[in-house]
Amino acid sequence: MDLLAETWAYVSENGERFQHAVLVHLGLSFGALAIAMLIFIPLGVLASMGGKLTASIVGAVAAVRVIPSLAVILLLLPVFGLGWRPALIALTLLAGPPLVINTDIGLRGVDAATLEAATGLGLTDAQRFWRVKAPLALPVIVTGVRSAAVEVIGSATLAAFVGAGGLGEFITSGITLLDERMLLAGAIAVIALALLTEWSLARLEVRLTPPGTAQA
Amino acid sequence: MGDQGQALSAAPNAATEIRFDNVSKQFDRGEESRPAVSDVSLTIEPGELVVLIGPSGCGKTTLLKLINRLYDPTGGVIYIDGTPSQQLAGPELRRHMGYVIQQGGLFPHYSVADNVAVVPGLLGWDKARTRTRVDELLDLVGLPPAEYRNRYPSQLSGGQQQRVGIARAIAASPGTLLMDEPFGALDAITRGRLQEELRELHDQLGQTVVFVTHDIDEAALLADRIAVMREGKVVQYDTPANVIMRPADRFVAELVGADDLLRRLSLVSVAVAMTALAPGDSVDGNEPTVDLPMRVRPVLSMLLESGAPRVIVRDGGAPVGYLDLAAIQAVSVPQIGEVGPS
Repeated sequence: MDLLAETWAYVSENGERFQHAVLVHLGLSFGALAIAMLIFIPLGVLASMGGKLTASIVGAVAAVRVIPSLAVILLLLPVFGLGWRPALIALTLLAGPPLVINTDIGLRGVDAATLEAATGLGLTDAQRFWRVKAPLALPVIVTGVRSAAVEVIGSATLAAFVGAGGLGEFITSGITLLDERMLLAGAIAVIALALLTEWSLARLEVRLTPPGTAQA
Repeated sequence: MGDQGQALSAAPNAATEIRFDNVSKQFDRGEESRPAVSDVSLTIEPGELVVLIGPSGCGKTTLLKLINRLYDPTGGVIYIDGTPSQQLAGPELRRHMGYVIQQGGLFPHYSVADNVAVVPGLLGWDKARTRTRVDELLDLVGLPPAEYRNRYPSQLSGGQQQRVGIARAIAASPGTLLMDEPFGALDAITRGRLQEELRELHDQLGQTVVFVTHDIDEAALLADRIAVMREGKVVQYDTPANVIMRPADRFVAELVGADDLLRRLSLVSVAVAMTALAPGDSVDGNEPTVDLPMRVRPVLSMLLESGAPRVIVRDGGAPVGYLDLAAIQAVSVPQIGEVGPS
């Protein structure tokens, strides 16, 4: 309990620095998530169309997944130098797999009879995608966004290694200086952010689940 | 289904004529490339209810999907009211043809009303007209709009879902209604009721209906004409009475149960088997009577049980003919192969 109180005291003393770190952490995370959504959700749509494309996209994504995020950040160092750029790129790549995989699964999981009926009634391919496929796949895609967000917030801690700032700074400094208060301040804040994000997106997912399709 | 006298907010479009001219469809499946539909020529008259029947894999569903261009033929031409279907844009063509499938295929995220309103929406109807039409259709298929309009498909039974599926298919009063085993997944009682109602609906609306099934009872009950299919070919295209009593070959004979007398009699309509009342033929009020539509088999039971020499047949309350054992015997023996495939 003492340690927690000391940690709180530490945060209060370093309020401005702490606040700044939280903002950088969130900025990096959600910036990466937004870019990743723009790139990887369309890629998932492409993958869902089947054929050779599916195999190659999903294969590439699986390969990226194997590389540890720290390795990605360090590999990008020679090209982009220190700072937020390698961190942002690494986090964007990290968010890719769950986005691609869930978009692909969500779209391909839409009931075949529903799609046949949609075509049979005279919907064009575009109408069928936007009116039937996308809304029905949306909850699964949001689940992907959720896992990506949590993963990115956790991994943004590593940005500190390349001088990009964020809550990871408190953790790395805490380890180096053997200052438990510093370490805990960073760690707890990261956990809190991850939980809060998870919770908000779970609520969003419920809201975006089309009426009539919610599982009892 | 429901009230019949009301004015409809969508004027029924003229029933469509569908003509297959040497139509073939071959799927590209490498080595094994037997055509799914092979050189089919037949004409479906406007307003006719034609049932395509045959064992699974005979090509009946493929033939159906060629009509609204869900598939395109690899040979031959399909004429829709005289226009080759390939000259018509698929989505536009399909908006003017109702389509009902076995699994319903309702949009789970749309309310019942929104499902029914899909095609009017695609055709750009205004809201008021669509709403009136939706309520009218729900009434027509026996789902009171006040109760069902805002429900979701997951809140309906299988039979109710198919009713919504039918309402959705006929929303814009298409000239054609295509149905792919629409009642196949329903229990016997619900199926029987929906079959009766479809027949009534067809009598009332008069569009062309093409109906796929593998159930000969269903075919005999619904069809104006039956097209029996086998290995991609139409082996007989004729009235239910002729298909049942004069099957074109052994295959059709087996399909209609030629070896099972009672089964065959349960398919034959009394209207076909009966002898018309001669002018002046007086009907004794004590004679047993049946009302059309009716199959021969229950009448046979009546004859045997009552011991009466004949059963009087009434249509709309008025006696029109009678059925006796001799007439039943006349329809009991199939004449296989006397009629070639048409």
